[in-house]
Amino acid sequence: MTEVVLRLVDVVKTFPGVRALDGVQLEVAAGEVHCLLGQNGAGKSTLIKVLAGVHHADGGEISWLGEPFAPATPQAAMRAGIATIYQELDLVDELSVAENAFLGHERSRLGFSRRRAAAVQTRAILARLGHAEISPTEKVRRLPAAGKQIVSMARALSHDAKLIVMDEPSAVLAHDEVANLFRIIRELTAQGIAVIYISHRLAEIREIGDRVTVLKDGRTTASHLSARDTPTRELVGKMTGRTIEYIFPPRATNRESRVLLAVDGLTRHGEFADVTLTVAPGEIVGIAGLVGSGRSELLETIFGARRADAGTVTLDGHRITSVGAAVRRGMGMAPEERKSQALLLDEPVYKNMTLASFAGFARAGFTAARDERAAALTTADRLDLRPRDVERPARTLSGGNQQKVVVGRWLLGKGGDRQKVVVGRWLGRGGDRPEGAADRPLPGKGGDQKKGGTRLLLLDEPTRGVDVGARAELYRVIRDLAANGVGVLLVSSEVPEVLGLADRVLVMREGRIVHEAPADDLDEDTVLDLVMAGSLLEGEPT
Amino acid sequence: MIAQTAPPDVRPSPKSKRRLDDNTARNLGLVGVLVVLVVIGIVTKPELYSDPTWVRNNVLTILQQASAIGVVTVGMTFVIIGGGIDLSVGAIIALAGVWATTLATQSHGAAGMIFTALVVGIAVGLINGVLISYGRLVPFIATLAMLVSARGLAAQISGKQTQVSANDTINSIATTKLLGVPLLVWILALVVAAGWVLLNRTTFGRRTVAVGGNPEAARLAGINVKWHTVLLYALSGLCCGLAAIMLTSQATSAQAAMANLYELDAIAAAIIGGTLLSGGRGTIVGALFGVLVFSTITNLFAINNLSTEVQNMVKGGIIVAAVLIQQFRYRSLTQLLKR
Amino acid sequence: MSALSRRRVLFGGAAVGAGALLTACTSNDPGTGAQVKTNASGDANAAPGQKVTIGFSAPAADHGWIAAITNNAKAQAATYSDVEFKAVEAGADAAAQRAALSTLIAQKPTVIVMLPWDGKELNAAGLEAMRAGIPVVNLDRAFPSAAAYRLQIKGDNYGMGLAAGQYIGEQLKTKGVTNPIIGEIPGIDSLELTQERTQGFNAALATYGFKVANRRPAEFTADSGQAAATALLQALPKMDALWNHDDDQGIGVLAAIKQANRSEFFMVGGAGSKAAIDAITADNTVLKATVTYSPSMASSAVTLARLIGQGKGMSDLVELQVPKEITLASETITKANADKYAKLGF
Repeated sequence: MTEVVLRLVDVVKTFPGVRALDGVQLEVAAGEVHCLLGQNGAGKSTLIKVLAGVHHADGGEISWLGEPFAPATPQAAMRAGIATIYQELDLVDELSVAENAFLGHERSRLGFSRRRAAAVQTRAILARLGHAEISPTEKVRRLPAAGKQIVSMARALSHDAKLIVMDEPSAVLAHDEVANLFRIIRELTAQGIAVIYISHRLAEIREIGDRVTVLKDGRTTASHLSARDTPTRELVGKMTGRTIEYIFPPRATNRESRVLLAVDGLTRHGEFADVTLTVAPGEIVGIAGLVGSGRSELLETIFGARRADAGTVTLDGHRITSVGAAVRRGMGMAPEERKSQALLLDEPVYKNMTLASFAGFARAGFTAARDERAAALTTADRLDLRPRDVERPARTLSGGNQQKVVVGRWLLGKGGDRQKVVVGRWLGRGGDRPEGAADRPLPGKGGDQKKGGTRLLLLDEPTRGVDVGARAELYRVIRDLAANGVGVLLVSSEVPEVLGLADRVLVMREGRIVHEAPADDLDEDTVLDLVMAGSLLEGEPT
Repeated sequence: MIAQTAPPDVRPSPKSKRRLDDNTARNLGLVGVLVVLVVIGIVTKPELYSDPTWVRNNVLTILQQASAIGVVTVGMTFVIIGGGIDLSVGAIIALAGVWATTLATQSHGAAGMIFTALVVGIAVGLINGVLISYGRLVPFIATLAMLVSARGLAAQISGKQTQVSANDTINSIATTKLLGVPLLVWILALVVAAGWVLLNRTTFGRRTVAVGGNPEAARLAGINVKWHTVLLYALSGLCCGLAAIMLTSQATSAQAAMANLYELDAIAAAIIGGTLLSGGRGTIVGALFGVLVFSTITNLFAINNLSTEVQNMVKGGIIVAAVLIQQFRYRSLTQLLKR
Repeated sequence: MSALSRRRVLFGGAAVGAGALLTACTSNDPGTGAQVKTNASGDANAAPGQKVTIGFSAPAADHGWIAAITNNAKAQAATYSDVEFKAVEAGADAAAQRAALSTLIAQKPTVIVMLPWDGKELNAAGLEAMRAGIPVVNLDRAFPSAAAYRLQIKGDNYGMGLAAGQYIGEQLKTKGVTNPIIGEIPGIDSLELTQERTQGFNAALATYGFKVANRRPAEFTADSGQAAATALLQALPKMDALWNHDDDQGIGVLAAIKQANRSEFFMVGGAGSKAAIDAITADNTVLKATVTYSPSMASSAVTLARLIGQGKGMSDLVELQVPKEITLASETITKANADKYAKLGF
């Protein structure tokens, strides 16, 4: 099974002003799991869309099953046997599983849909995927993320796909669901179907992948690499052009012992119960748990965005019951869904960054756009925003860079001249005053510095959809914040990330904190054990 | 310490420049439409356009007839950018106008009448805002209900009569000219300028765009979305109150049936100008152009003695065309920008 | 002050302010108010007789004319001691009026007097009442079926246009104007009555060889009148005569004329409002005449309804029963005869 089914040679795709694909080489063999690696902005999304028939290549050759391949429409690509499962699943929530599976090519006679035939076929496909328990008539809206993904795959199979492209499929899955996904992939490949698997998680690539192709700036920098054997350093090097190790910055050793955030007996019926925790200034507390264990709801409630049924949240002794109060007292939150919960996609980056602080920059109600831009540029430097342009609409940024914007928002905190100076200090540019800053003395260490700035940062899956290089930057930023006295409460599905970043780890399961320990005392297996024992379905209440 | 990557791309991105051009392009397009309309006028009625005094008068007339609806449209634009809609503006104008011209109010003179109209406008706007923000009513429904109630109350107060304004100061607003330009047009210019500044240069405007563009993101960034929404509707009400004075002055009277269908005219003008009905994006200048386009069409039809049925069809056609163009450009733009 | 309590003060202040405004400024009693036509002259028919319940239904439109209809009917009924007057709201459209009438019919009044939203749409309601044994007096908007009413009183829309056209034609002929420029400002164009008025107007003008140069419809409201007049004045930089169909929208028309500083023409109004008659008498504007379409028909309707209910006829007629149809003539009011009509203006 080594015949090449898909070959790309020197493929080019340009958009006005930008060469998104600048010479891509790719070879996928039948029955292979071919992994595609690359930073955000390297061109993976564009490549997927070219294969899916959404965009047309401007140069180069693509051959599929020996024939030149240039689908005019997505339907043409599907009919040719290439199916795409997007990160944002393109299912219709209100339709049933079978209807979604056959979306676009419904079984029909004389215009009347043959529902029973579709249901029968769907049932067969679902069984093939090992998920006979999903009913073809169930509304997709009711299914958890993992189930929806199965439906996407069922649609791919209903088209008799010979190549399935999966874009970050494990991003929305819990640990055991990923295992199930891999099982399905292995079965599909055993039947000769090729899979292009795109993911940031090197661990997964090692487990499921056969070969790896690396993209950087629209070009293939490495191909035919072995997924299992190629050292991480080499992969990262090909992706970023750097050779920095993927490590976590060292932990701070000097830390205050007073309590910054105190959560006591916090409960929301059906989501989480009796959560008690503390965060000290400069401490990073990580919460590990499955998707659906109530972590996001917990963060939102701490932030004041949801009302608790019982319990209290205090920051520096002040009760927090609303978002307004939280922000005023110096809390910030980067939510889980950046697009729908955090970004104004059509507004420029700098306005997104100053969304919580523009009032602080403003003078007598008039916005100070120049100061905002300057502060945003400084922050963009700090976070290595690509491209370093704070005027472009947030929509144009890749996922990882969008996340940087959201985190950057809280680096600016409540905003104002003083904050710019603080940000400048973090950069080590002690003497550098950003343009527009009045001549004022640098604030002292400790308490002074925190005035007007964020003192506690809540991060919900901060590195989801962010590539390795950007992750390292984000980790550094988070550590720096902690070193400067900011408390961090971090939620992540990636156990290694929690363990590597946090000082103290809390394990959450089904809405309750089941374990708490310093990160040094835990390892991945222990945490996974604690996290897993229990129900696997989303949102199971306590 | 700082990661070494390719030198930071600090050139203004072609995409963002394109977006700025988008706004200017649309405004230029609207100016183009205006020019075309004027040219059609010149071609069809050369005898009128040959008299420069008449031409000057005509331009001033178009502006003057656009002033009241223009003021309303500015308020409406804010509401739409903020993610809402106000179907009750015509009714608010009627209620404010009627209340301001009751015998009791007129006895308090011009100041009393103006004060009443503005306060009534703001008050009704506040009610709208509270119903929508805190009562959680869908804006369409809430303002639709207000449309009916306000007109009903206006009919009640006026006894369904036309209330003539006996106040010379008020009536003179429509006849006064400053530097040869009608006072009404000055008021429009002021409102448009203030609206532009408010939207583009103040924190209020920034909050409006945030609340309309992504209310959840705004909320999670610490903006009080509910209160701001109330303010937006109050602003619209204030504009209606002002428009009520302007209309009352022009008609030297007020009645419960005045400002008929103003809400549709205002919404149409805002949309033609480039404000998205879905919220989060909009322009005051564009709204002004939208109003001017409609006002010019009315004028063109009048001087050519064409029937109003055809005029309404043309207006409808322009609205459809504007929305289609907007959809097309927005869709292709976002597709292109998503790499 | 925290944001919350600041808000509370604002709202509280607003509520108090609103309350004050409400009491102070809604007091709108204009005193003697609209002229009401009463017909209490001594006459055998006026003597109290059998008790008659008159059910009344007219649209709640925001036009002075319609308001006057209701007021006149109410006032006329009040002058009779043997009449009980029951008014029902006709609602916002024909369907609502049908529903209101069904209720009214069930209450079994002696006679029904109504001004339908639309003659054709309320025809069935008229039939229903007649079949239930309740005579129907129909005002102004004709029922197509004769069986749907006992008496129909209407104005003469066509005659209105005719009268206006004749007045304008005569005036221009006397002045010796050849090829005059004539403007027309009708009301709501989609109404049949507007079309009839325009037809009469054109017909009259045609006899002089004149025609309308520009026609800008308004909506019977003052602000729409102002807008239409402004547009028309722009289109006709010089005009000889103008006919505005309705004196209520005429308030706005006259305002527009004043704002545009135009006075080279003369204007004729329509319907006969008090304000218009006063202006004609004062002779200080371009308004020189108006043609009537008086809401006094409502008073007459009530008077005749009473007679029908009591089984009497009209005293001046030979016949023993009230006629089937009465079309009121459209009268032209000028400065010369304005004093006669002064008390009939609405």
